[in-house]
Amino acid sequence: MSNAPRLSGKEPVAVVGIGQTKHVAARRDVSIAGLVREAAQRALLDAELTWSDIDAVVIGKAPDFFEGVMMPELYLADALGAVGKPMLRVHTAGSVGGSTALVAANLVAGRVHGTVLTLAFEKQSESNAMWGLSLPVPFQQPLLAGAGGFFAPHVRAYMRRTGAPDTVGSLVAYKDRRNALKNPFAHLHEHDITLEKVQAAPMLWDPVRYSETCPSSDGACAMILTDRAGAARAPRPPAWMHGGAMRTEPTMFAGKDFVSPQAGKDCAADVYRQAGIADPRREIDAVEMYVPFSWYEPMWLENLGFAAEGEGWKLTESGVTELDGDLPVNMSGGVLSANPIGASGMIRFAEAALQVRGQAGEHQVAGARRALGHAYGGGSQFFSMWLVGAEPPTT
Amino acid sequence: MTEVLSAPLVVEFPFTRSLGPVQSAFLTGLRERAVLGVRTADGKVLVPPVEYDPRTAEELRDLVEVATTGTVTTWAWNPDPRRGQPLGSPFAWVLVRLDGADTSLLHALDAPGPDAVRTGMRVRVRWAAERTGAITDIACFEPYEEGEPVVHQVTPHSGEFAGEAAVTGIVAAARLDYTYSPGRAQSQYIRALSGRRTVGERCPSCRKVYVPPRGACPTCGVATDEQVEVGPRGTVTTFCVVNIKAKNLDIEVPYVYAHIALDGADLALHGRIGGIPYDQVRMGLRVEPVWTDGGRYPDHYRPTGEPDADYDTYKELV
Repeated sequence: MSNAPRLSGKEPVAVVGIGQTKHVAARRDVSIAGLVREAAQRALLDAELTWSDIDAVVIGKAPDFFEGVMMPELYLADALGAVGKPMLRVHTAGSVGGSTALVAANLVAGRVHGTVLTLAFEKQSESNAMWGLSLPVPFQQPLLAGAGGFFAPHVRAYMRRTGAPDTVGSLVAYKDRRNALKNPFAHLHEHDITLEKVQAAPMLWDPVRYSETCPSSDGACAMILTDRAGAARAPRPPAWMHGGAMRTEPTMFAGKDFVSPQAGKDCAADVYRQAGIADPRREIDAVEMYVPFSWYEPMWLENLGFAAEGEGWKLTESGVTELDGDLPVNMSGGVLSANPIGASGMIRFAEAALQVRGQAGEHQVAGARRALGHAYGGGSQFFSMWLVGAEPPTT
Repeated sequence: MTEVLSAPLVVEFPFTRSLGPVQSAFLTGLRERAVLGVRTADGKVLVPPVEYDPRTAEELRDLVEVATTGTVTTWAWNPDPRRGQPLGSPFAWVLVRLDGADTSLLHALDAPGPDAVRTGMRVRVRWAAERTGAITDIACFEPYEEGEPVVHQVTPHSGEFAGEAAVTGIVAAARLDYTYSPGRAQSQYIRALSGRRTVGERCPSCRKVYVPPRGACPTCGVATDEQVEVGPRGTVTTFCVVNIKAKNLDIEVPYVYAHIALDGADLALHGRIGGIPYDQVRMGLRVEPVWTDGGRYPDHYRPTGEPDADYDTYKELV
């Protein structure tokens, strides 16, 4: 140990196993237990580990009303090999997959456990998220527009603030759906996609087109996180966590900036500080961010510090965020191409890890050494992010 | 002090569940009057069956058929059955170890009273007359005093049954009954609305006016109680044009769903814009509420005819 780099007291955290299901509209062939099992088995296979190698299990899922399973930790303990081990659940709305991974990572970083299985899932086909968002609360005015209607006015505000041309959203959708064609796990594989088709789609919540919204998916994603000793035994290159953070703010408060929420800025700044990143645009090779409506790509590019305020759309428009661009964004096809809500945050984190492990297959960014995974949830209320690298952290 | 409002809130949804291979065989079996379990690697028979071994986490697929008679391993008397429970008259909740099984199944026992129930008593399945592939295909258990405990040999089962197609999914109707109260601040707000006035509350620390009020400032974390009447006019800060018809909403599409900052409020409310073609609504449009008889909230907002507000006057509220 005397030759090991001096560290800040935290155990370095490595991702040594990643597994996900093929995301689809409906997995009627499996129970929820069968679905999560599939992702977990693939992660174990990737890490060449067995259930007995896992010290603890941390799971996340969508809000309970979204799928009607109130205590998944109780129901899924045997499917996830958690019997006799600590198991816990994380809740942070749509960002939950990211937060769940970070809770698991902190258990390793704090040397509470050596190897942790973390997993997030959702079967949207067995429920109705729109219903879950519109409970008939007495005395309250009914919500008039659903999730798209909640976010579309913020997109309009972004366009007004920045003067972005109204084609930018369609460019994002066109890019993400083409990236998805290279990702066998993506839900949408639109082989005949064209920019014209994206732009010809009807406006659902003007300025948000149907083609610029996420699908409703069934899927699960799992990762195995471990310490240095575990990483040393790993059969494939690990991804190392260089920084991770979560931030929260109320859904609505006087002074909230829905276009670029303060909690998102603070969360990114914390991750960059931990990772020693001074200029994210130059120092980060690939970004997988939570973009459920296409315009959130330029919005988050600004919020996360990849572009100055008002300039995010220029990166998108000039092709910088294309798979072969200077800063590829949503290489997997993103949330626009698969959205099992409870799992979507973890899929972002897993994609960042796949990239720096060099395991992303056809959607691999050549030479990716550092990648950011990002998730948000609620009404831009919860943020969680991690930065992973091909090399172990040195600070 | 205003009386705090409260009202029932029923949250009810028919969630669906895909069963997977093991639960599918179990429920299909019940429809065909057979009870299936699953055998673990160490020879234990689990009834009801599970997909993964609770001890080793190994996948379990080795189905077996057990008897429809068994022994009560423990019980509790239910003197006052509730809606949706297996029997309408008082009954016992029982754990029954079916002959051949190593675990117990939770169900209801039809018995005349608690004195007629004991641990160790012999029971048998009473099948429902109409069976659909659900746990309720077992209507309940009933006493079976003539039956002696036997060493029952389980028989391997393929999980497949002749006849109708296998049951692959169920509907799990969920219902939660709440009593909802919006609290002191919102009760006052709602009462003021009945007089067509919009009353928010000002934070004593940051001076921001919250509409609707929540009783506390989410930024400063202090109680708010200074009443401030805002509006009735306001400014559209941003909006979208809704083109899909929402369930349970009797509004023709397209319509404009807008964020409206009422004059004097420090955050925007949400509302519908009418009285103007949808494609002429713009950020900065000045609007006022339109009430209908009996409406708790304004039905929609319409243009006042004033010049549009300058962007700089509301950009902090977007």
